[in-house]
Amino acid sequence: MTTLATDRYKRPSGYLLLEDATVFAGVSVGAQEVAFGEAVFTTGMTGYQETVTDPSYAGQLVCFTTAMVGNYGVADERGESAQPHAKAALMRSLGGEEWADWLRAHSLVGLDGIDTRSLVLRLRDSGAMRAVAVSDDRALAVPDALEQVRAQPAMEGQALVAEVSTKERYCFSDEGSPHVALVDYGAKRSIMRRLAQAGAAVTVCPHTTSADELATFDGVVLSNGPGDPEPLEAETTIVRELLGRAPILGICLGHQLLGLATGHRTYKLPFGHRGSNHPVLERRTGRVLVTSQNHGFAVEASDSAEETYVSLYDGTVEGFDFPDLQARSVQFHPEAGPGPHDAWPILSSWVEELRR
Amino acid sequence: MPRRTDIESICVIGSGPIVIGQACEFDYAGCQALKVLREEGFRTIVVNSNPATIMTDPGFADRTYIEPLDLESVASVLRRERPDALLPTLGGQTALNLAIELAEGGVLDELEVELIGAPVEVIRRAEDRELFREAVRSCGLEVPTSTIVTSLSQLAEVQLPAVVRPAFTLGGHGGGFAEDRATLAYQVERGLWESPIGQVLVEESVRGWDEFELEVMRDRADNVVIVCSIENLDPMGVHTGDSVTVAPQMTLSDDAYQALRDAAAAIIRAVGVETGGSNIQFARNRDTSELRVIEMNPRVSRSSALASKATGYPIAKVAAKLAVGYTLDEIPNDLTRTTPASFEPTLDYVVVKFPRFAFEKFPGADQTLGTQMKSVGEAMGIGRTFSEALLKAHGSRELEAGAPTPWPSLADEDLPEGLHPWFRKEIANARAVLASGDIAAAKRAGWGDDTLGEALGLRGAEVRRRRHELGIRPVFRRVDSCAGEVDAASNYFYSTWGEADEAPPAGDKPRVVILGSGPNRIGQGIEFDYCCVHAAQTFRSLGYEAVMVNCNPETVSTDYDTSDRLYFEPLSPEEVLAVCDREQPLGVVTQFGGQTPLRLARAIEDGGYSILGTPHEAIDLAEDRERFGHLAEELGIRCPPWAIVSDLAEALDAVSEIGYPVLVRPSYVLGGRAMRICYDSEQLEAAMAAVTGSVLLDRFIENATELDVDALCDGEDVYIGAVMQHVEEAGVHSGDSACVLPAPSLTLANALEVEHVVKRLGPALGVVGILNVQLAIADSTVYVLEVNPRASRTVPFASKAIGINLVDAACRLAAGATLAELDLPVPRPTQVSVKAAVLPFARFPGADPVLGPEMRSTGEVMASATDLPTALAKAERAAGRPLPTSGTAFLSVRDEDKPAAVAVAAALAGLGFDLVATEGTGRTLRAAGLEIDDIAKVADADDEDETVVDLVRSGRCDLVINTPQGSGARADGYLIREAALVARVPCVTTISGAAAAVHAIANARAESALSLQERIGIEA
Repeated sequence: MTTLATDRYKRPSGYLLLEDATVFAGVSVGAQEVAFGEAVFTTGMTGYQETVTDPSYAGQLVCFTTAMVGNYGVADERGESAQPHAKAALMRSLGGEEWADWLRAHSLVGLDGIDTRSLVLRLRDSGAMRAVAVSDDRALAVPDALEQVRAQPAMEGQALVAEVSTKERYCFSDEGSPHVALVDYGAKRSIMRRLAQAGAAVTVCPHTTSADELATFDGVVLSNGPGDPEPLEAETTIVRELLGRAPILGICLGHQLLGLATGHRTYKLPFGHRGSNHPVLERRTGRVLVTSQNHGFAVEASDSAEETYVSLYDGTVEGFDFPDLQARSVQFHPEAGPGPHDAWPILSSWVEELRR
Repeated sequence: MPRRTDIESICVIGSGPIVIGQACEFDYAGCQALKVLREEGFRTIVVNSNPATIMTDPGFADRTYIEPLDLESVASVLRRERPDALLPTLGGQTALNLAIELAEGGVLDELEVELIGAPVEVIRRAEDRELFREAVRSCGLEVPTSTIVTSLSQLAEVQLPAVVRPAFTLGGHGGGFAEDRATLAYQVERGLWESPIGQVLVEESVRGWDEFELEVMRDRADNVVIVCSIENLDPMGVHTGDSVTVAPQMTLSDDAYQALRDAAAAIIRAVGVETGGSNIQFARNRDTSELRVIEMNPRVSRSSALASKATGYPIAKVAAKLAVGYTLDEIPNDLTRTTPASFEPTLDYVVVKFPRFAFEKFPGADQTLGTQMKSVGEAMGIGRTFSEALLKAHGSRELEAGAPTPWPSLADEDLPEGLHPWFRKEIANARAVLASGDIAAAKRAGWGDDTLGEALGLRGAEVRRRRHELGIRPVFRRVDSCAGEVDAASNYFYSTWGEADEAPPAGDKPRVVILGSGPNRIGQGIEFDYCCVHAAQTFRSLGYEAVMVNCNPETVSTDYDTSDRLYFEPLSPEEVLAVCDREQPLGVVTQFGGQTPLRLARAIEDGGYSILGTPHEAIDLAEDRERFGHLAEELGIRCPPWAIVSDLAEALDAVSEIGYPVLVRPSYVLGGRAMRICYDSEQLEAAMAAVTGSVLLDRFIENATELDVDALCDGEDVYIGAVMQHVEEAGVHSGDSACVLPAPSLTLANALEVEHVVKRLGPALGVVGILNVQLAIADSTVYVLEVNPRASRTVPFASKAIGINLVDAACRLAAGATLAELDLPVPRPTQVSVKAAVLPFARFPGADPVLGPEMRSTGEVMASATDLPTALAKAERAAGRPLPTSGTAFLSVRDEDKPAAVAVAAALAGLGFDLVATEGTGRTLRAAGLEIDDIAKVADADDEDETVVDLVRSGRCDLVINTPQGSGARADGYLIREAALVARVPCVTTISGAAAAVHAIANARAESALSLQERIGIEA
């Protein structure tokens, strides 16, 4: 049955409130919830389902800058994990009821009719902020909500990996070689799929897996994940212990952990990089890759020799290579999902190298 | 990699006259490229035959050649200028084909000119069916399979469903679609019969599949970026130029979209485009996800212009920089300034393009949409939702009420079959919102005040007043190519509803709002955009901020570089007033955008804003025949006798006073819409039946010489810029007639009278700026046919011929200067310039290719030379109708033309032509002592008789002179003219045109090309 736009007016009106007291009115199309988190935006024009199921979005309220969200429905295989991790979807225009149904079924707040461009300009100018998405303005008044938002912890300093990592080790694909361990800090399925596609056997390990255990694999991928890398001291220690004992490839949070383990500092970006259009320069070849990105923190380089990729958008570090330690990493998402496939070869060639 | 230092001068080829499929977008591309190349320090040479382009303005290149775009003339330019490189990727298919010809003819090698942008083998790989298929297959992708069939026995292996395309038929005539074997056999049999070479192409059908396009850029370091995805709403089978399209694509998941992206990147690499942009089209099966690669253009295209306007990413500019050696990471994004051209645009709005058709101009033409493009222009809408963008674009088409068009309304039954359900649902949602009567919601959905008014039973202005009371006003958003991620200082805006307003104008410069001309249509095209662009340039140079409003994505006026602020908005009172409310202009400039801004003038004045220069009152005075009649009388100016009637009885009554023949036309028209010349009551009856409302009857002055005058007026004094004489006699629309400057057969007495008439009209009408007067001279009597107190179609041609920029001067007058202050020199062109029209008949099988009072040309070319025959012959060449110098000429003329035909025929005979004629014409010519071969009329022919159509088809006729006989013999004349059209044999349909052609054949001389700068005595 076609649902007409006019039906939307029967839906409760909700709002998004930022910690600076800015309110954005919207119509609730998702679950009846109050969702606290960090308000961020992504500029990808496709892949809404992949985005909210990406564990790196844990604890975040995601604003889609693209005009219409939900146009092409939902499909189980598009999930980057078993359930959504973002806490709210903030949209200028809902493009399909199937998506709204999915949001409700998965207890995500969905706000339609948000002035997303104003929200983006605010976040761009003031930085990512603590916020709350309220599905029904009768349930929580703005002054109360503001008080509660300001009582929430900021993203900086938050260790969120434990909440999203697998508790048990499991096998994603047992066929092929080399045998790769994927340390799950909030790993996307696309990473597993790309590794398997490249011919590797993939075992997914909890974030607490020891360096000794990991060293038994042919190679170790440090996955993406949510939150601030700095408080992840235990994870950083494991990576440090693993250095030189197995080839390592870090992705996103994995890259940041590798950075910390090799003595670099991390810092919070004002509003992060989230989207499918970020050009990075591969310094070795001079080639440009258009990449999928999703990170709120970045690593400072200590020495340009180790820096393999650099952002053409703001000059931040996009990759490391420590040949002596057999460790390398990228800040962007070579597995895509969503986003362009330009960087797929980073995964496949690493697997190929391990095989040799 | 930095700019190449081994080349210093570059020649850019334009796309020539506006034709269906090649319009203003290539002027936009050419201008962007020339700007970049000059900034980079290259010496630039441009060749283009179209005078109405900005790229052929003397200041845009170091050397500008307004010359025919054929091998001979471009080669002579190259020989004269000896550039280091030739850049052919900005001038559409015309430039690309020329580049191939120049390369194959050895010219490039001989002159050591390097082809940049796309080397020959790349062009071939993209254009040659077989080579392209190989390249596509090498990427693991597929093109639709196809087989060339010459006999029914070859059909066994053809896969169904299939499309049958006969070779070399007009508009793909005789083609069809087959789902079963029997239909296939029938279609092929018919196609083989229709095809003059007995050949059809049978192709795997992807009809009904979804169609997508990607705009791809690649640099010499092998970096690839996708600038934009475009989705067609009309499914495969409808030419993308005729499709409603949306950007970014709306219905594909990330996986599906990335598959297209990967395919596009693989194809541009396999084909080998190394330094530029390409457009790649895909068909995709919605159910099976199968993909077919349909086509690739290794150059900028109509779609790339659309993508540039849709994203703010200047594809042509970037392509030009890539061609001279830069890489994508080295080229900054104009809008953000801080990010590079490798940062793919991301949109936080939706863009919809609607094609603009002109079927009303071609009665009898097949209106079915297919693989041949038929639309003449396009309008684009930007909105924050799909429905908002769609409604803006749909309403921007400026169709006349009742004009036949696809997508006549957005009612479900008017939507195309096979439309993706997502679009159908969104459109249904928008309709439901309108039906709800909720003003705020309807505005947000994108409905205009006028439509909303219709639904509420109110006038648009009343809806506006009510919503203003409710505080419902539009806001403006920036197009910044990055969805707000980067703080971009872009000056490119669109309106939306229910959000915050962004970047209101600041600064203390006075502002002018310039209204553009909307979608191209027949009668209103690039000439007006040319004028608007100049208006912006002039007002900026005078210290104003120029604000542009327009909705045509092809144009230079909608390049954000052209004005201080660009509002990409529909040209209706609502949007224009909203822009005025925001900008608070000193005045609104309405005299350069053709009829479109004039229609808005009253609403603008009612809204409390003033028109800069010529006020609305002057327009009304000139267009209201009653008022104008009185004015003419007062001034002692002669007009043909006229009357205004509202029905046939009144018309018949009036004609008894006026006398036949009469010209019948509805008032307020541009391009001679629905104009008819009637010689008797029967014709008058038919003409009156075709129009409604008040109708103007004018005595039609027969055998008159028609003149077009472009002049300037400061309210008191008048400056005559150009007096142009039409080649065809009065009765052929001025837009379709060739014209000559200076007027070759004007007597001194008549010239003085013409000048005198125009000098009285300007101040009497209150013109402050530019005006155009059309006059007819018969028996040394001067008649005024029409006065237009605005820029006319001839302004760019005239400006280039006389070397004085009339728009620039008109803007200065509108800004308050006097003619005395401007002190313009008296134009004394040293050369003869000819403007010739280009007609789209080949696209409209079924419509009679004959000239008449209704304008039907899409574009024009200019040629200049030391004498008229040489200029005219060159203009005909430039228009794609080179005159023959020997061979066989066929004549068949109506009775009135027979005396004049004798001289024409005699001249042809004297030039050594063999003459063939139909019986009646033959008799007259033979009586004059000429040797004539008879040939049967088609209607009279027996099966075995050879007819003139056979003669033309078999390539044994080199010139057709056929003037139409009333309506009775239309069928025969039509078949002759259509055959000539298909066989590309020059076909002249007026006797004065024939005389001019013969004069040109006899006397044209070979002259070497001369640049515009040299012609008009300036150095750029």
